[in-house]
Amino acid sequence: MGAPVLNKKKKGARPAKPPPKKKLKNDLFAEKRSKKDDILEESDDQSKDIEEHQESEVESEVEEDGTGDSGSEVSSDGDDPLADDFLQGSGDEDKASSLDEDSDSGSDSDSDESDIEQKSRAIDEERARIEEEAGAEMQLNIKEESDEFRLPTKEELEEEALRPPDLPNMQRRIREIVRVLSNLKVLKQEGTTRKDYVEQLKKDLASYYGYNDFLIGALMEMFPPVELMELIEAFEKPRPICLRTNTLKTRRRDLADVLINRGVNLDPLSKWSKVGLVVYDSQVPIGATPEYMAGFYMLQSASSFLPVMALAPQEKERVVDMAAAPGGKTTYIAALMKNSGVVFANEMKAPRLKSLTANLHRMGVTNTIVSNYDGKELPKIIGVNSVDRVLLDAPCSGTGVISKDESVKTSKSLEDIQKCAFLQKQLLLAAIDMVDANSKSGGYIVYSTCSIMIPENEAVIDYALKRRDVKLVPCGLDFGRPGFIRFREHRFHPSLEKTRRFYPHVHNMDGFFVAKLKKMSNSKPTSVPTEPSETVEQVSGPEEDSSEKDTVEEPQNQTEAAENNVVVENGDVKNKKRKLPSDSRKIKGKWPSRDEMSGTREKRTKRKFPSRAEVSKMREEKRDALRRKNAANKRGK
Amino acid sequence: MRRRRPRCLKSSSSSPATTSRTSSRAPPMRGPDPNPGRYCFRLCKNRVYYVSESLVKRATNIGRHNLASLGTCIGKFTKGGSFHLTIQALSILAANAKHKVWLKPTSEMSFLYGNHVLKGGLGRITENINPGDGVVVFSMSDVPLGFGISQRSTQDCRKLDPNGLVVLHQADIGEYLRMEDEL
Repeated sequence: MGAPVLNKKKKGARPAKPPPKKKLKNDLFAEKRSKKDDILEESDDQSKDIEEHQESEVESEVEEDGTGDSGSEVSSDGDDPLADDFLQGSGDEDKASSLDEDSDSGSDSDSDESDIEQKSRAIDEERARIEEEAGAEMQLNIKEESDEFRLPTKEELEEEALRPPDLPNMQRRIREIVRVLSNLKVLKQEGTTRKDYVEQLKKDLASYYGYNDFLIGALMEMFPPVELMELIEAFEKPRPICLRTNTLKTRRRDLADVLINRGVNLDPLSKWSKVGLVVYDSQVPIGATPEYMAGFYMLQSASSFLPVMALAPQEKERVVDMAAAPGGKTTYIAALMKNSGVVFANEMKAPRLKSLTANLHRMGVTNTIVSNYDGKELPKIIGVNSVDRVLLDAPCSGTGVISKDESVKTSKSLEDIQKCAFLQKQLLLAAIDMVDANSKSGGYIVYSTCSIMIPENEAVIDYALKRRDVKLVPCGLDFGRPGFIRFREHRFHPSLEKTRRFYPHVHNMDGFFVAKLKKMSNSKPTSVPTEPSETVEQVSGPEEDSSEKDTVEEPQNQTEAAENNVVVENGDVKNKKRKLPSDSRKIKGKWPSRDEMSGTREKRTKRKFPSRAEVSKMREEKRDALRRKNAANKRGK
Repeated sequence: MRRRRPRCLKSSSSSPATTSRTSSRAPPMRGPDPNPGRYCFRLCKNRVYYVSESLVKRATNIGRHNLASLGTCIGKFTKGGSFHLTIQALSILAANAKHKVWLKPTSEMSFLYGNHVLKGGLGRITENINPGDGVVVFSMSDVPLGFGISQRSTQDCRKLDPNGLVVLHQADIGEYLRMEDEL
C-alpha cells in the first residue's frame, strides 16, 4: 500500500522543522474545525492527530480517486487551501500567519485531483529541500565547533597561558577532543593529525585536573580516550568506605545489626565477600564506635580484601606478610586462619609499627610475630624455603589511590616509578625465596600493589617468572580485568593474563593489581633447572640448600651429595653422576618434544645452551677438588 | 595494682566455660584447637607478652632489637620497676575475670574516655567484691570495655549516692584511639 509509505515520508519530514509546521498544523486544525465544527483553535497536543488526519486526507486525495467521494470532497475542500498554503509558505511563521488570510480566500475553490497530486509533490519537494538545508546547517555547525578547539594553535594558546585558566572552556574542549578522537576520520579537521589532538588533550587534562605531564601521558598510553575520561573522573571522587567484620569476634549479621542500631547506613559489600560491609553514611563516627574499639571490625578499602582472598591462608600454616602496616591485611589473614599457625608480620618503618601492633591487639590476634626488618633481609632471618605462603603488598607509587591522595598526581615521575619497580623486584624475589615449594598445603606467593602502572605490576611479575622457578596461577578473583600481556614495546609471558587488574571506574574500588604465583621448586634457575632435577629435589625434601654460596663449595657439596642425594643450588644434581652429559643431552633432546610446554620451560630452553660450558666447568672444578683432596689425604698420611 | 599470674600456665581451659555464659554476640575464638598447647610469658624490652610456646620458638629467629610484638602483650614494667597491665590484656582478663561490673549504655562512652565509673552508671555488679579488687568492666551487651580497681564492696555500692566512685579506671579500649602511640 502506498499509504504507509506516505505516512513515513510525512512523519520523517516533520521533525526537521517542527515548530513552524506545528503552527501550520494548528492553523490547519483551526481551519478544519472552523469548517466542520466551528470550534476555536487551541490545540497543540493534537498535532499527531492532525498529522494523521492530514496524511489520510492527502493519501485519499492522491491514491484513491474514487473511494469516498463525499469524504474526499470534504477533505479536498479542506485541503485545497492547504495545498495553496503549503506552496506559498515554506513553513515560516510569517507565512503561517499569511496562511490564515489565504485559507479563507482559498476555501471556496475546488481543484482537480491531478492538481492536488502536483501540489502534494511540490509539498514533498519543499520539505526535502528544507531538510537538506537543515542538515547542511547542522554540518556547518559541527564543523565550526571542531574548528573552534583546534584553532588555538599558538597565538590563542599563548593568550590563554597569560589569562587565568578558563575552566568551562577547557572542559568543553576536552569533551570535544574526546569526541573527535572517537571518530577521527569523520570529525577531524583537515591538516591536523591524531597526534595534535592527543597533545592538546594531554595539556588540557593536565591543567584541568591537576596532573603532571608524566602521569597523564602514562594514563593516555594505557586507556582509550573515552575510558581515560571515565578513569580520571572516577579518581576525582572518593570510593565508598568499607569495613571488614572481624570473624574472630563476631559475625557480619550481628555486627550489621548493632551498627544499624547506632545509626549507620550500611549494606553488604558484594557477593564476592562474606565479611565486607559498605558504609553509605553514618550518624556516629564510624572509626570511633565502641564496636570498633572492641575490635569487631576494621576500616579497610574494598581493594585490600582482594590479596588476602587470593592468598587463602589455611589453618596452622606459616604465613609471612612482608609489608604489614597498618595491619588490615594481616588481621584478615589471622582471622582466616582462626588464630592458628604462625603469622610473621614485618614492617620496615618503625613509626608504622605502633599502628600495626595496636590493630593486631585490638582485633584479638594472638598468632602473630611482628618484626621490624627490611623485607629484602627477611629470607635470611626467617629462613629460606621455610614458610607456606607469603603476601607481598609491595610499596608502590600509589597511582591507583589518587582518589585518596591527590598529591600523587603531581609528585610521581618516571624515576619514582623505576625506583619502585626495582625495589618491588627485589622484594618479590625475597618473598619467593622464603616459600617452601614442597609445603603440603601451600607454596603460594601473592603479589599486589595499589598502582596501575605497568612497570610496577606486569613487568615485576615477568621478571620473577624469569628469575625463579614459579608459575602464575589463577587468583580466584573472577571479576577483575586480566593483566596486560603486551604493552607498547613490551612482551610479557602469556600466563600474565591470570593476574588481575581493578579500576575505580569499572569496579568502584581503588586501582589495584593482584598476582598469585606458585613456587614449583626450590631451585634458583640461574643455570639449568631440569625436570629430573626437580624430581630429585622433591624426594630430598626441604633442605637448607639455597643460601647464596660460592662456587667453591659446590664441588664439595656435589661430592657429598652424591652419597646423600642432597639438593644442590644450581640444580645440577645429576652432574655428580657420570651419566650427566648424556642426560643433559637427552634432556635437551626432550625439550623440543613439547610435553608440558609451560612458559617457564620455554624460557629455560633458551637458557640451556650456555649450560654445556658450565657443565664442563663444573666437572673441571670437581676434578680439581678431588685432586686436592687426594693430595691433602696423601700429605696427611 | 599488681596482678601476678603463674608462669607457663596452660591455656585457660576456663575460657570456653566463661564465654559460653555470654550471649551469642561474642563467639569464643581463641583457636580451633581443643588443646592449644602451653603458653608462656616472655619479656622483651620492658614488655611482657603472653604467647604459645610454638610461637616463641619461631620468634627466636628475630633479633631482640627487631622484635616489635609477640602474641599478646599483657603489660609492661615501668621505670620504677612496677608492673602495669595494659589494655591489650583485656581479652585474657575478660575471659577469666572473677569480679565483673556492667555499665549502663549511657555511661559507656564516659568510661571509654577515661573517666571513672560512678554509681549512677552501674548496671550490674558481681557479688563479693571487696575494695581494692581488680574488676573487669563490661557493657550491657557483654562487650569488655576495660578494667579497674573497685573502691567499694558490693553491699556498699547499694547504699552509695549516684555520684560515688565505684571503680577506679585503669585501662579501657578507647585507648586504642586516644593513646595508640603509648601502648
